[in-house]
Amino acid sequence: MIDLKVEVRLFATFREGREKKYILELPEESNILTVLDMLKIKEEDASILLLNGRDGDAKRMLKDADVLAVFPPVGGG
Amino acid sequence: MYGYCGTVLRVNLTDGSIKKEALDVEKAKKYIGSRGLGVKTFMDEVDPRVDALSKENKLIIAGGPLTGAPVPTGGRYMVMTKSPLTGTIAIANSGGKWGAELKFAGYDMIILEGKAEKPVYLNISDDTVEIKDAGEIWGKLVSETTANLKGKYGDKAKVLCIGPAGENLSLMSAIMNEVDRAAGRGGVGAVMGSKNLKAIVTQGTNKVGLFDAEKTKAVSGEKTNILMKDPVAGNGLPTYGSAVLVNIINENGIFPYKNFQKSYTDQADKISGESLTERYLVRKNPCYRCPIGCGRWIKLQDGTECGGPEYESLWSLGADCDIFDLDVVDTANMLCNEYGLDTISAGSTVAAAMELYQKGLIKDEEIKADGLSLNWGDSEAMLGWIKKMGLREGFGGKMTDGSYRLCDAYGAPELSMTVKKQEIAAYDPRGVQGQGITYAVSNRGGCHIKGYMISPEILGYPEKLDKFAVDGKAAYAKVFHDLTAVIDSLGLCVFTTFGLGLPDYVDMYNAVVGEEHDNESLLRAGDRIWTLEKLFNLKAGFTKADDTLPKRLLEDPIEEGPSAGEKNVHHLDVLLPEYYSVRGWDENGIPKDETLKALGLEEYIGYVVK
Repeated sequence: MIDLKVEVRLFATFREGREKKYILELPEESNILTVLDMLKIKEEDASILLLNGRDGDAKRMLKDADVLAVFPPVGGG
Repeated sequence: MYGYCGTVLRVNLTDGSIKKEALDVEKAKKYIGSRGLGVKTFMDEVDPRVDALSKENKLIIAGGPLTGAPVPTGGRYMVMTKSPLTGTIAIANSGGKWGAELKFAGYDMIILEGKAEKPVYLNISDDTVEIKDAGEIWGKLVSETTANLKGKYGDKAKVLCIGPAGENLSLMSAIMNEVDRAAGRGGVGAVMGSKNLKAIVTQGTNKVGLFDAEKTKAVSGEKTNILMKDPVAGNGLPTYGSAVLVNIINENGIFPYKNFQKSYTDQADKISGESLTERYLVRKNPCYRCPIGCGRWIKLQDGTECGGPEYESLWSLGADCDIFDLDVVDTANMLCNEYGLDTISAGSTVAAAMELYQKGLIKDEEIKADGLSLNWGDSEAMLGWIKKMGLREGFGGKMTDGSYRLCDAYGAPELSMTVKKQEIAAYDPRGVQGQGITYAVSNRGGCHIKGYMISPEILGYPEKLDKFAVDGKAAYAKVFHDLTAVIDSLGLCVFTTFGLGLPDYVDMYNAVVGEEHDNESLLRAGDRIWTLEKLFNLKAGFTKADDTLPKRLLEDPIEEGPSAGEKNVHHLDVLLPEYYSVRGWDENGIPKDETLKALGLEEYIGYVVK
C-alpha cells in the first residue's frame, strides 16, 4: 500500500547515473534514509539534506507531499 | 628576503617619475602584505576624505608574501584605493596569473599617484619600468587591449587593464587581468581610468625567495593534498565551479529573484552549475598554482570561447533580472569582462532599473531612444544595457554609477539592494542571518566574500550552523572576517578554506617567510587589518547608521519559498551591537582605545573623533 508521495531532487554528482527528480511512492513510516537507500546514496555522501527547504537529518520521518533535496558536498562563493 | 621581494614601485603619473623604494619590512610583517599592507600604506599617505576620482587619490596594487610562492593558490593580488562607488576603502581581489608575475618582476607593491596628461600604460619587465603612450589601446575592449599588448611584449607578458567602463569612470568598473579575471568591486577601474592609466603589462624572471625551501615544498604538498582530498575543493568546485551554488542556494529559499522581491524560483536549474557543465564547459581555467580550478572556460552557442560565469554572476545577470537563458547569461558575463564591469553591480543595477520600471518610476520615454526595454526577463535588453553602461551611453549612463544613485534619482533609494551604495550578492540574508552581518559591516560596502558565512550556515564548513539562528553569529562572523583578511593579505584564495584552517596558513607563512607567526598572532593580524579599514571608513565619515541593510530585508518577511515565515526578516538590531561588542568597539562602532592598544594600533588613538 502506498501511503505517501515524496518529491526527491538530486543535484551535482548525484545526477550521474540517476534522474534529476523522482516522485517516490513510499510506505508510511519512511524516513529520509529510506529514500537514500532506494537511490543507492550513502548517508555519509549526502552532505546537505533539505526537507522542504529546511535542514533535515537522515532520520527525519517523511510525510505526504514532502520535497527532499539531496546534495553532495558543494561550495563556492 | 623571503616571501617579500623587498621593493615597492612608486609611479607618479603626473610628472612621469618612477621610483623603486625599499619595502618597510617591519610594517609588511605587521600587516602581512597585499590587503593589510596596502591599506596601511594607503592610510599613511592619503587622507580618507580624499575625492576618489581626483589625482590626489592613489591606487595601490599589491601581492602578498605568498603571491608567486610555490604554495597552493599563491597567485592573488589586491587593489587598494578609496572607492568612488562607496566612499569607503576599496579592497578588491583578483586571481589569474598577473599577481604572481608582479612578484617575479621583483615588486611587492605598485603605488600609482597623480594623473597622466593623456592615456598611458605601464610596462614592467624586471628592472625595466616605463610609461608608454596608450593612444592606440584607449577605448578598446579588454580582450583587444590584452591581445595588442601581448603582441608587443610577447605571450609570456601578463596584462592587467581597464575596459571602456573604467575609461568612462563607471562607478562599477573593474580592473581586469588575463581578460576574464577581475578585481571587481568598488569601482576601482574608475580610479585607474581617472589617472588615464589603461594597462599594466608585467613580466619577470625572478623567483620568490623561500626561507626554507625544503619545508615549503613539504608544507605545500601537504596542503595541496588536503585540498585535493576535500570533497568540495577537490571535486565539487573543479567539476562545477562556484556555479554549483545556484541550486543549493535556491533550494534553501535564499536565492534573490527580481531584485530581492522573491527568494526562490522554480527556474534556477536552467542557469545552474550542472547546466553550465553539461552544455557549455570546455575546460577548467585555473589561476596560478591552483589545485582547485573553479574557473571556467566555456563555448557560447555562437562558437565564441571565453571565461565562464561564477555563481554570483549567474545570479546577478540571470535570476535577479528574471533571465534564465544560460547562453544569454554567459554572454552577459563575457560582455561585463570585455567592458570591464563588476558583474554583481551590473546585474543588480539592471534588476533595480527593472523594478523601477515595473513600479512606473522609470517611464517609457526615458528609454525609448536606447531601443531597449526594462522588462523583466528581456535578454536582448540585458546585453544592450551592459554595453551602454560600459560606454556610459544613453540611459546606460544613469545606470553605470550603480543602483543606489539610480534609485535615489527616482526618490526610491530603498529599491537599491546595496550597503554603503555597493550591491550585495546572491544570498538573501533574511534566511541566512550571519551572512547579513557580513553585508552590513563589510568595510568595502555590500560584499559577501570578506566573511563568507554561507560556509557554516548553508554548506556546513567547518561545521553546520542553523541558518535562521542569531545567537553566536556575530562572534562567528568576526572570526571569518579576520581570517579572510589574513588569507587576502597572504595572497591566497579564500576557497582554500574548503579544506584548510588557520594552522595551515601559519605553516605556509612560516615556511616561506621564516618563523614569525603562530595561530593567535596571525589571526590577530587579521583583526588589526579589519580594524584599520574600519578606522579609514570612520575617518571618511561613515557612522553606525551606514552599517545597515536595505529596508526590504529588515522589514518585509520572505513571503514565498522554503525560507518563508513571518519572523524571517534580518535581525540586524540584535546582531550589530553584538558584533561591535565582540570587536571591542563602542556602541557606535568606534574601536575603543584599549582595543587599538591590544592590536598594536596605538598610533590611531584619537584618529577618529568620537
